[in-house]
Amino acid sequence: MKILVGVKRVVDYAVKVRVAQGTVELANVKQSMNPFCEIAVEEAVRLKESNIAKEVIALSIGPKQCTETLRTALAMGCDRGIHIQTDLRTDYMELQPLAIAKLFQQIVAEKEKPDLILLGKQGIDSDCGQVGPMLAGLLQCPQVTFAAKVESKDNGFLVERETDAGTESIHIQTLPAVITCDLRLNEPRYATLPNIMKAKKKPVETILAETMGIDLTPRNPVLQVMEPPPRKDGIKVADVDALIDKLRNEAKVLA
Amino acid sequence: KQSVCWASTLIVADPGPSAPTCAAVTAAKQLNADDTIDLVFVGTQAPQEVPSGVHSVLFYKSAETPTAETVAACVADAASGYNRIVGTATKFGATVLPRLAALVNASPVTDITSVIDSSTVMRPLYAGNALAKIQIGSESPQVLSFRPTSFDKVPTEAVKNMTEKPAIVFKGSKWQGENVSKSERPDLQSAAVVVSGGRGMGSGENFSLLEDLADALGGGAVGASRAAVDAGMVPNDMQVGQTGKVVAPKLYVAVGISGAIQHLSGMKDSKTIVAINKDPEAPIFQVADYGVVGDLFTVVPEMTQKVKA
Repeated sequence: MKILVGVKRVVDYAVKVRVAQGTVELANVKQSMNPFCEIAVEEAVRLKESNIAKEVIALSIGPKQCTETLRTALAMGCDRGIHIQTDLRTDYMELQPLAIAKLFQQIVAEKEKPDLILLGKQGIDSDCGQVGPMLAGLLQCPQVTFAAKVESKDNGFLVERETDAGTESIHIQTLPAVITCDLRLNEPRYATLPNIMKAKKKPVETILAETMGIDLTPRNPVLQVMEPPPRKDGIKVADVDALIDKLRNEAKVLA
Repeated sequence: KQSVCWASTLIVADPGPSAPTCAAVTAAKQLNADDTIDLVFVGTQAPQEVPSGVHSVLFYKSAETPTAETVAACVADAASGYNRIVGTATKFGATVLPRLAALVNASPVTDITSVIDSSTVMRPLYAGNALAKIQIGSESPQVLSFRPTSFDKVPTEAVKNMTEKPAIVFKGSKWQGENVSKSERPDLQSAAVVVSGGRGMGSGENFSLLEDLADALGGGAVGASRAAVDAGMVPNDMQVGQTGKVVAPKLYVAVGISGAIQHLSGMKDSKTIVAINKDPEAPIFQVADYGVVGDLFTVVPEMTQKVKA
């Protein structure tokens, strides 16, 4: 079995982004692999380690620096990388999920023909979570989002997914399929130094997004990006009596 | 088929509680007050109630619990003639709508938090630290989802004008079963009061302190931070945050929660925020209207008692 795993380079999860001049500032901001993509990579590598998958290919779409993100995926155990290079911002402002899903689709359908596509459940920059189900829709193949557990079963996969009310189990009966990974699927490993060194020798192929014949123009243009309205300054109260008094008489949320 | 010619918005109903769907109806009306709103529902049992203002209901009956692929296929089947297909920014909507969008070649706008006019909306980026003003593409159909906590909910009414069809079943995947956390407490996303606990709670048993407080506050819901969920104190579906549930109650009480960016993203639109934490430097105090620095194990029971008194 061949697995394609998507890895997105995003602003590091611990960074509070700055909004200025109608956009989010990305210069000199720490970037890392999207946390949900790390979980997808880990799951793919585990499927390889348990001999369910033979080859794991990491795919990233974005600027030149995405090769660093791909190297991280390779150091975690992916076999090779594909980089679809574009200077368009991938945080919804320029390159939007439909175009991203179509770029993915082309790699899946015309180039690699993987049996399983693993993605994170959402990018923590755009917060869209659209690419997985959209790609599955384009491929007309099964999809399971918010996966919390993935097991190989009856030539397919049994996936437990998180729902609004708890969890449910879905059996994927035909491949290829798309699974998007939730936070609790696994605990991603750290790449060790020897593996980071080895990853430098693994192949990464670069394709220019503009040569793939897909319209990359955003269909839902972002007109402006602004800071959320600030909350009014709060206060610290001395004790519970003062708190209850404020809740009753100032905020009026208590009867 | 005739109604489809002049109908313009199709609402995709959530299978669970109807509250998110009722918020989506409000949002659809804000986009265009004159729209005729029809509703599509895919499931094993016909809906008994729908949001008020829905003109007609199309029910795709499935013999088994439908997967997202089946739901998307049915909605795509129902979609022709509609200008907009509107759903909810719940885990259900987040799973069905992008797939549906691919099936009808639309570029979806999801998790919309406010409507500026019929073609401009706002949605958050970067865990709510940026707000993007977005022009909805003019191609039909538009596929949109709305954050339930950002819109008022229309009341529900009995179903009228319902057409039933067999579901278009997707064969590549099959629903196997579910594990739903049973709770007598109100739904997190629609509760007026939410009391949440974090790592500081120490154990799952201690969450009973929060339940007592929630009861004293008139029967609120109990939520949790990722740290509490990851430590196994409480189930996942209680998680509030960027990757859990987004809540916006009248009163949010954060107990033993430091206030990471990802948690704030799920609760900072609450009307009044109270933080109880022993660390005076905890970031939660930056968004809290009222903060109490102290040990939650003394502050929470004291608050419960004094609210009741």
